[in-house]
Amino acid sequence: MDESPYVSGSPWEELGAPADRWAGCPPDLEARSDALRHIRVCDLSGQLAGAGATRLLAAFGAQVIRVEDPTNKGGWDIVRGAPPYVDERRGIEFGGAFNNHNTEKLGVTLNLRTERGRELLERLIAVSDVVTENFAGGVFTRMGFPYERLRELNPSIIYVSNSGFGASGPYRDYRTWGPIVQAVSGLTFTSALPGQPPAGWGYSYMDHMGAYAAAIAVLAALWHRDATGEGQAVDVSAVEVGLGLTGTDILERHLAGLMPREPGTVHANRDPGMAPHGIYPARGEDRWIALACRDDEDWRRLAARIGEPWAADGALATVAARLAGQDALDDLIGAWTAGFDAEELAARLVDAAIPASPVRTAAQRIDGPHPATPDWGLWPTVIHSQIGAARVEGLPVHLSETDWSLRRGAPCLGEHNQFVFGELLGVKDSELAELAEAGVL
Amino acid sequence: MSAPEPGSRGPLHGLRVLELAGEFSAYPGKALADIGANVVVVEPPEGAAARRRPPFVGTTPPGPARPEGAAATPAGRAAPDGTAAPNGADGLGWRHYNTSKRGIVLDLTDGADRARFARLLADCDVLLESLPAAGTEALGLDPATVAETYPTLVWVTVTPYGRRASSSARPTTDLTLLAGGGPVQACGYDDHSLPPVRGAGGQAAHVAGSFAVAAALTALLHRNRSGRGQHVDVSVDAALNVSCEMATTQYLADGGIVARQTGRHAMVNLTSQTQVQAADGHHVVLGFPPRAAEHYAALVEWIDTVGLRDEFADVVLLELGVERGGVSMVELATDPLAMPIWNSARDAMMLLASHLPAYEFFLGAQRRALVAGFVASPEAAIRDPHLVARGFATEVPDPRSGRTELHPGAPYRFGRTPWRISRAAPHLGEHTESVLTSGWDSG
Repeated sequence: MDESPYVSGSPWEELGAPADRWAGCPPDLEARSDALRHIRVCDLSGQLAGAGATRLLAAFGAQVIRVEDPTNKGGWDIVRGAPPYVDERRGIEFGGAFNNHNTEKLGVTLNLRTERGRELLERLIAVSDVVTENFAGGVFTRMGFPYERLRELNPSIIYVSNSGFGASGPYRDYRTWGPIVQAVSGLTFTSALPGQPPAGWGYSYMDHMGAYAAAIAVLAALWHRDATGEGQAVDVSAVEVGLGLTGTDILERHLAGLMPREPGTVHANRDPGMAPHGIYPARGEDRWIALACRDDEDWRRLAARIGEPWAADGALATVAARLAGQDALDDLIGAWTAGFDAEELAARLVDAAIPASPVRTAAQRIDGPHPATPDWGLWPTVIHSQIGAARVEGLPVHLSETDWSLRRGAPCLGEHNQFVFGELLGVKDSELAELAEAGVL
Repeated sequence: MSAPEPGSRGPLHGLRVLELAGEFSAYPGKALADIGANVVVVEPPEGAAARRRPPFVGTTPPGPARPEGAAATPAGRAAPDGTAAPNGADGLGWRHYNTSKRGIVLDLTDGADRARFARLLADCDVLLESLPAAGTEALGLDPATVAETYPTLVWVTVTPYGRRASSSARPTTDLTLLAGGGPVQACGYDDHSLPPVRGAGGQAAHVAGSFAVAAALTALLHRNRSGRGQHVDVSVDAALNVSCEMATTQYLADGGIVARQTGRHAMVNLTSQTQVQAADGHHVVLGFPPRAAEHYAALVEWIDTVGLRDEFADVVLLELGVERGGVSMVELATDPLAMPIWNSARDAMMLLASHLPAYEFFLGAQRRALVAGFVASPEAAIRDPHLVARGFATEVPDPRSGRTELHPGAPYRFGRTPWRISRAAPHLGEHTESVLTSGWDSG
């Protein structure tokens, strides 16, 4: 264990690093989780791909300071005023997704086109542990903040750049959003039914996964900094993160020496080693049940529940036979499931130790009679200073000693200018007023 | 960002992780191992189940490339039905999700092996497992005992519904978890007589595993200051529930239920197509319609370059968009000309896409600062010129089979402490002797 930092004390702390970034702050601002309260993040990221990363850090007590542009009425982050909304109010403070993605963060404004705006950002970077952004590759550098500059300001700074195509390469400057990343990285292609165009993902899956990768990058770099005192820059490309989620496909095609597949050849609901394995119609309009037989035992139990002669046929007893005749098998299973309520049938099958689940809507999985992960506290209510109380996504993890906490809603535009610039950076009130007047804040 | 020095080590160098081979521990274990953690995966004597899961590719060298649909030779594919491994070849899921790890065999039903397990556990930082509760109890791993015996251990559990859930014995697969947890409901086609679609590739484990890694590192950072370990409980179902964007946030905000649409966001209200079949049969994906004057000008130039002006009467609307200095979102609701101009940009993109090969359309759009993508298979995507230029694909020699495996490369490029696949996935029991005799720091 000689290399584990906690035994001899963290070199980072021996360098005089602060133990608590919230020390001395007003109680209403203070984080509730203790896990990361020694971490301050200067966060220039936005939307979901960026904000989703720092959200995890904030939930665990890191002091995440979102820096936004005061011009363009808060439109810098397009999610800010965008639907969905909790009520009839509209405007940059009322975007429901923005509130979800930015809970527990502090919010400041800085016009980085101005010299004084850039100077204040530099002062903030100097007292932060981490800088995050999700501009297109190279943009933050062109704004005057290459890693070399960040390191001059703060030698141990961790800088995570989270972009679509990364900080180098021929597509560096190309612009993306989730569906583009998913298309280019193979994930749209592998979500399809045979003879059909790609179905793709009905949401920005890669905004989530890119965000999680960026959070992991921050945390791993912090671990290294704790051990050595060294900071570093990390280049996260969402397209590369996405390709990393298709590894088995890539390995299979490579080892078998197969040409790339053509459109229309994918059956995403199937599995190479299980049959039946699919999503089948259930009673009612657009109702569906997913079920899978992992092995011949699962099938034997399912066949008994089906209770029809075709299911009892010994010809279907082996997975090899069921895989070989899967089209016909799927038709038979679908004709059987169509007569049942999806929830009721899934419950019966699960009781018989057969994997099954209704395809659930948000209403069913969040507020239905049988939420799948009950008693988790997965949907906490936060208080936003203008929206008021609103339910948001919690975290799917619980730490036994230093769990997450989400209580404060997303910051309004510039809501914490006074605390961050005044208290943390020591800018006088009169100067703050002047900076606001001059359009710097 | 400068390249790391050759031979430099990952950010987690020195971190010791003991992983019990399992469906949901493999991916986070790989994620930690590829960034430098010392990960030892423990298998039962018969080997991890993942070794016996298809797909397989036989260990004899593959023949020349053949197109999809051509008959697979017995040498190239495991078995006609893909379910049986030839020559003892491991399932490719095992090969992929266990890179950079060492592997040992322990019979944890045996007292002597349990004692060996306990010795390794006493000297490590993270225990990573995805067993049902009964499985860890059988190993003597209950929260109170662990806290007392291994006070600095970060114990990470990844299970379908969380260790604390009463429903932990429910049988699941990737498919049923994605169906119950939200993703499937949002994915599929405009035609709702077709079933919803599961994004393939084992994504349930990826989503939950990402949270497991982030939470484990969070607990480790806290341990750096407190000296204390703790238990990290991860629910796959909960992870999926909070990872389907508007399918969840729409409902939380206003109760709205999104409906699946082909190749684009599921929404409460139907939206316009954004996926177009290109001239070569592949597909392209359009971004938000362009609305700045320079984008309208670029579209006019592109239409003329491809020679489509005669086919596209609405080019006059694009030109009007240039003259007006673009179209703002606000004008869409107030100015009767704004919407036709806005629509003409989308129509122009769709027309161009249908006349060009997908990749050419992508380049043509992005070089004009118009957001668009092309749909690539993973195996084609990893050979894309951009990714080749970035050196993304990672070749890993497997000394035992003599094959060179190809894996996706770094999801995060650390400037100082690089991501790296340090070794191919272990063969069964490959490191049992060295780890049990020489401990954590053995080869």
